[in-house]
Formats: sequence, C-alpha cells, structure tokens
Amino acid sequence: MIEVKSLSKSYGVFKAVDDLSFTVRAGQVLGFLGPNGAGKSTTMKMLTGFLTPTSGTALINGIDVVENSVLARKTIGYLPEGAPSYGEMTVQQFLGFVARARLIDKNSVAVSVDRAIEKLNLSDVKHQVIETLSKGFKRRVGLAQAIIHDPQILILDEPTDGLDPNQKREVRRLIRAMAKDKIIIISTHILEEVEAVCNRVMIIAEGRLLADDSPQALIMRSRYHNAVSLVVDAAEKVASILGELPQVARVELNEGELTLFPAGDGLFEAVTATISANQWQVSALRLEAGRLDEVFHTITSGGAAA
Amino acid sequence: MNSVINVMRRELTGYFATPVAYVFLIIFLVMTGVFAFYMGNFYERGFADLDPFFRFHPWLYLFLVPAISMRLWAEERRSGTIELLFTLPLTTIEAVLGKFLAAWLFIGLALLLTLPMWITVNYLGQPDNGVILAAYLGSWLMAGGFLAIGSCMSALTRNQVVAFILSIVVCFVFLLSGLPMVMNLFNSWAPQIVLDGIASLSFLKHFADISKGVIDVRDLIYFGLVIGFWLFANVLILDMKKAD
Repeated sequence: MIEVKSLSKSYGVFKAVDDLSFTVRAGQVLGFLGPNGAGKSTTMKMLTGFLTPTSGTALINGIDVVENSVLARKTIGYLPEGAPSYGEMTVQQFLGFVARARLIDKNSVAVSVDRAIEKLNLSDVKHQVIETLSKGFKRRVGLAQAIIHDPQILILDEPTDGLDPNQKREVRRLIRAMAKDKIIIISTHILEEVEAVCNRVMIIAEGRLLADDSPQALIMRSRYHNAVSLVVDAAEKVASILGELPQVARVELNEGELTLFPAGDGLFEAVTATISANQWQVSALRLEAGRLDEVFHTITSGGAAA
Repeated sequence: MNSVINVMRRELTGYFATPVAYVFLIIFLVMTGVFAFYMGNFYERGFADLDPFFRFHPWLYLFLVPAISMRLWAEERRSGTIELLFTLPLTTIEAVLGKFLAAWLFIGLALLLTLPMWITVNYLGQPDNGVILAAYLGSWLMAGGFLAIGSCMSALTRNQVVAFILSIVVCFVFLLSGLPMVMNLFNSWAPQIVLDGIASLSFLKHFADISKGVIDVRDLIYFGLVIGFWLFANVLILDMKKAD
C-alpha cells in the first residue's frame, strides 16, 4: 500500500507539487493524467526516493520514503521518464547490473535477467549495445529493468512513449497481466491509455489533485455522456424538429454531425422513434459514452466538467 | 559492500566497452616513457633507479586523472542514469565508493603496465627495489587523491568539460601548495603554523617523502584524509542536488 501524506515540492517560489494526499492499494492501476509540467514526474521521483519532498512524505508498505529511503526503494520497480540506461553496456550486462543492485540472490540473477528479457521480447537484441538500439527497444529495456525483481509496486513514467501502436498494445497487455496483486502507477498524457489499462485516474495540474476517480466515472462527468450523435441529410431541419423533444436539452451541429444533449432519461429511444416516424435517411447514429478528452480539458482548464 | 562491488564492476565494464580505457592506457604509457627517457635523462644519469620515471607522475596525473574522473558523475547527470542509480536500493556512499574504486583500480592497472620500466632498470643495474615499490605505492595513493578531487568536481556539473577544468584547477592548487611560488605569497605575513599547514597540504611533498622509500604513517594518513575528505564532499553534493 502507498500512503501519500501532504506531499509537496517547491523550487524557490514555484510549487511543482502542492499538498498531494492519496492512498493506493494492491490491485489498483493508477493513472496520473495531466498536462506537461503538472507535477506527475516530480511526484513519482519523490515516491521512488530520488527527490526529497519539501514537506510531507509517503509510506511505501509502511516504510517512510524520506526517513528510510533505501529500504523503501526495495519493493519498487521504477521506469524513469525517458527510460535512461547505461548506453555502453549490452542489454544483458545492463539487466545483470540492475538485478544485482536489486539484491537478487547471486544464483538467481541469470534466471531473473532471462525472464525479463523474455517478457519484453528482447531475446534478439540481448547481446547488443543499448545505445545502438531503436527508441522502442530502449523503452523495453527500461521496462525490463523495472520488473526484473518482480516488485510489488511498479511506477512507470510514460511507459509507452516512443513505442509504435503494436508495441503499445503489447506493453499495455503486460501491465494488465501484472496488475492483479500489485500496485501500478503510470503517468501518461495519452487518454486512451488510461481507459485501456487503469482502474483509477488522478488528474493533476499545477501540482494539485483535481480529480480522483475511475475512468468510467470520469467519462460520466462528460457533457457528452448519454448524448446522441447522428449524421443525417437536411440536418438543420432535423435539428429544429428534434430540438422540440422534451428529452433534448440542447442541440449542436458540428461539421454535418448533429449532437443532442440529454435533459433526462430515454433520449436515445425518443430520437430513434422520431427518426422512424419521419423516415429520415440516417447514415450514422450513436449513443455517446462520454469523451475523456473533453473531461480532461474542462478539469485542467479550470472548473468542473458539466 | 556488495552494492559497492556491483557499481564498481559496472563502471569498469563501461571503461572497457568504450575507447576511454584504451586511449588512457596508451597515452599514460607513452607519456610516462617520454618523460622518463627524454626529460628525466633516464640513461644519461647513470643511476639504476626510477626517480626520473616517478618524478613526473604528479604532472601527468594533473591532466590525465581529471580526464578519467570528469565523466564519473557529469555523464550520469547528462544521460539521466543518475535517476536510475539513485532509485536502486543503494546509498549515495556506496555509489560514490564504487565509482571511485573502479577509477582507482583502473589507474592502478595503468601503473602495473609500466612494469617494463622496472624490469629495464633491474636489467641495467641493481636498484633498491624497496624504494621502487614504495614509489609505486606513493604514486597510486597520490592518484587516489587527484581522483577524489576529480570525482567531487564531476558531481557539480552535467558538463564534462567544466568538470575537467574545475578538477585541474583544484588539483593544481593541491599540487603546488608546498612550492616556493605559493609559499612566497604567504611567507611575509602568515604565522609559521599557517605556513606549515599550507606546506603540509602539498601532494608533491608527501609523494616525494614516500618515493624516497620512507613509508611514514603520516604520509599514508595524509592521502587517506585527502581521499576521505573529497569523497565525503562528493556524497554531500550528490545528496544536496541529485536532480538537474
């Protein structure tokens, strides 16, 4: 369990992280979401013992990261931003170094290295010097390094940055597979990633916690939640007729697509009934779940999502 | 202790994975040779000893040791691996010691590779091998002093050139503190105890003592203290500013 208590970090007058408190339990995959410079990385650096907080602290399984940094680091696997590694070493040498530094028993080092190499599909390049590898491979070496000691807590700073879509999928699959009894914290600004792997999202901006919820609950905050979008000929005439329905609060016409915002339940049924009654030619019709990017934008640019 | 050895091993692997190690070894061997034979008149003197060889070590170290030490921490900062290193379960002291020992062992290896000098002098005459052994020890200890300064300077910056220049300046001050050109600045006004203090800081004086074949505990303690002091400062600097 991670307990973060009033964690703050200032650089002069600039507050990078401002009084952050939260708790993460086993089984949670927490996504830090926020604009660049929001304090996501700074928070992660404090949790992993790299930066000392200006005030406040965090407990990793009850161990204080400020008082007992080295001990606290043992249960954490960490992928720093940009996945730094010692470029002059081969993948195998580098992972061996990290395995030994992670205090893995001498006889198990080779096994741990092989397992990490296999999990991240690095077998083909294990004897290659890291600096000659592509960005995607380097990122995977960074991930392999983070999971080499099978840590109970994984902190990954932008784990899929620089990967191609197939590799992103693979990494997300890996994260989901490991999630069961671990704590995983990832930071990202890719919204679909949050929906794909996280079961909890924290939106952070200017060092402060603005929202802390499940992705589903966040999506429900969107004004698009339960709205109906359709594409139809003579959109303006249709808009004026549908706008009369009691279930419709507002109508928006955007690049030929008509969006009806709900005033209550039963909007979708009312719209389909009206369409078939008027025999309109509808080329697209969908019920919106909500748009995470819109929620994100609303929350981070001030004010709560409608 | 295991962490120290692990960091040391990684560093040494790094040296030999890049041209750094080979370039350094070759330059070191060529330069020691050039200094001993041309400037030290190794043959012409007609003595069977290695004094012309050791006499130039301090000046060689002044430039070559910072070339080794400049990358120790500056490179970690530049590439961001410092974040990786200090989120592993090891203390700052262990990391500093591991890196220092790796570089020190490496310079020890460079010294070992000069053994043909020793063989030559034994072939030419009957030198006092005890004195030569002591001089080797003194030279290695002095290199440790330079290295500790360089490691500390390297922790100050992410730029290796800056680290190199800072190291040379500080090493130069330590090297010269016993020479007349520095002492003359203080002679006219400073009390004797201060003069003794400044003079006793000199690498040259302590190295000269040891390389005469007299291994005095005070000289050993001196180099031990110099290394300890700068490595301690190194740890403090890293703890104070790990990021940026």
